Amino acid sequence: MRERSMVPEPEFESYYGRPILKQPTWKTPDVPLYLFLGGLAGGSALLAEGAALTGRPELERVARLAAAGGAAAGTVALVHDLGRPERFLNMLRVFKPTSPLSVGSFILAPFSGLATAAAASHLTGRLPRLGRLAGLGAAAFGPPLATYTAALIANTAVPAWHEAHRELPFVFAGSGAQAAGGLAMMLVSTSEAGPARRMALAGAAIEILAAERVLGKGLVAEPYHVGRPGRMMKLARRATTVAAALTVVGGRSRVASALAGATYLSASLATRFGIFGAGLASAKDPKYVVIPQKERLARRAAAASATH
Amino acid sequence: MTTPLDSSLWGRLDDPAADAGHTEHPKRKGFFTDTSVCIGCKACEVACKEWNQVPDDGFLLTGMSYDNSQELGASTWRHVAFVEKPIDVAPPVDLGMPSLGAPPGDDQGAASGDSGIRWLMSSDVCKHCTHAACLDVCPTGALFRTEFGTVVVQPDVCNGCGYCVPACPYGVIDVRPDDGRAFKCTLCYDRLKDDQTPACAQACPTESIQFGDLDELRERADQRLAELHEKGVDVARLYGRDPDDGVGGDGAFFLLLDEPEVYGLPPDPVVTTRDIGSVWRHVGAAAGALVALGVASFVGRRR
Repeated sequence: MRERSMVPEPEFESYYGRPILKQPTWKTPDVPLYLFLGGLAGGSALLAEGAALTGRPELERVARLAAAGGAAAGTVALVHDLGRPERFLNMLRVFKPTSPLSVGSFILAPFSGLATAAAASHLTGRLPRLGRLAGLGAAAFGPPLATYTAALIANTAVPAWHEAHRELPFVFAGSGAQAAGGLAMMLVSTSEAGPARRMALAGAAIEILAAERVLGKGLVAEPYHVGRPGRMMKLARRATTVAAALTVVGGRSRVASALAGATYLSASLATRFGIFGAGLASAKDPKYVVIPQKERLARRAAAASATH
Repeated sequence: MTTPLDSSLWGRLDDPAADAGHTEHPKRKGFFTDTSVCIGCKACEVACKEWNQVPDDGFLLTGMSYDNSQELGASTWRHVAFVEKPIDVAPPVDLGMPSLGAPPGDDQGAASGDSGIRWLMSSDVCKHCTHAACLDVCPTGALFRTEFGTVVVQPDVCNGCGYCVPACPYGVIDVRPDDGRAFKCTLCYDRLKDDQTPACAQACPTESIQFGDLDELRERADQRLAELHEKGVDVARLYGRDPDDGVGGDGAFFLLLDEPEVYGLPPDPVVTTRDIGSVWRHVGAAAGALVALGVASFVGRRR
């Protein structure tokens, strides 16, 4: 039946306008929050190790706690999202490279353990060498933790996510750096926050550039522009720009630094909720499935007839 | 552990059961659903519910023709779609329906007085893809490939992560909200192990749902398609029959009388895991960029 007479653009048929794909059952805020926390924790683990190596105790303390806290909170969000939370450990039953959630479980589990051990050692002053070793381990698992979540959502049939599978990892890397740097800028005095500022600023640049490429993908990217997810994405971009400007202009002002840090954090959070929401919208409307697939079939048919 | 070999992920794969590690196994089983002879009786839906003890998922009146079950889901493993499509002329074509003395030259529309409407009915089901995205992304191993080449969820392993749900390019599998776990058609795995026909196929009164060895079903479908084309039913086409399509061909495939999207099917589904190599390469590059960014943040003047 012809459906959606309210939408004037490309004609397409569907079954009573019903979705072809199933809506992801992943809960809001659990999963977008987890995407954010994974980035925050992963980026913070890097900051913590850098701070330890370059002798910045205040930055190290904040970053170690952010890495451990982010991983713990993220794990809670992830377990809470399960339909059978008591079976969380089934995630570690098998290792499947075709399942980013499987790979991610084998990143999150060691990261959480190592980041927690490093933070505990740092706070209590016990087993300092083992603590540092754990910190190094967390720093090694940090970047994969911050970026694998892009694979998690991209490796689905959801057009807005799947078609952005080349760019989303960079969006998430940038967003994670932005969040980690932003939190440290908020909580660490400016004399030690230099690396956090640079990390947030560079992360913001990467995030903006990569997101720009996602947003330019035509029809499949439409959910990133419209409705609530569209507003989230716009808000995120504005906040990122404001935070970056504040970082550059504010110099060593403690207030400007804290303000910029908080803005980076909100921008990262808005990006995750925007991207997650856009995926839900993309799965809901059959046009995002039907129209690109019909175009693909037409192109293939044209190519086939051209060769004959 | 899955080996990410190319043919295991995407493209033609003649023996998915062997690819999954079943050394000695029966021939691949499947469904051929010939929608040209479906009468919309929903016996398949009922038989499936009864045999598999699938709970109800609401009793809604949708207003979508005779379709109140709406779509495949955690508690609807066969779904009969009803499309009432306005057409200009109703061509009188004998579809080879089993008939009991209906007037010769009878066509569905004109005789029942609603000419100008063409009825399309189709019993949809899990496709049991050669390259099944739900199975690929399942992090617990709850979804597995059976010795019959079908794809089945083990409810005692599933932890309800829901990854299979957005992974399926057909929107088949779903999580049952009050239960928390994912469910879908098992192609009656229990009956297959007992050499029995799946409940839906057994109940189908018009043989619209045909069960058997997949290679044989494909032959039968090709014959049926040729027969219909010969009779002038040019709109007839096979869906999911091609082992070179985006999912390596479906274990349950269809003969349709209109574009797939009219029935709520994706026109050109592709298993998401086809791109998993590219996905991981980009994740790796992005993680590398993050490391570089972290290092660079600490280099330079101290402030």
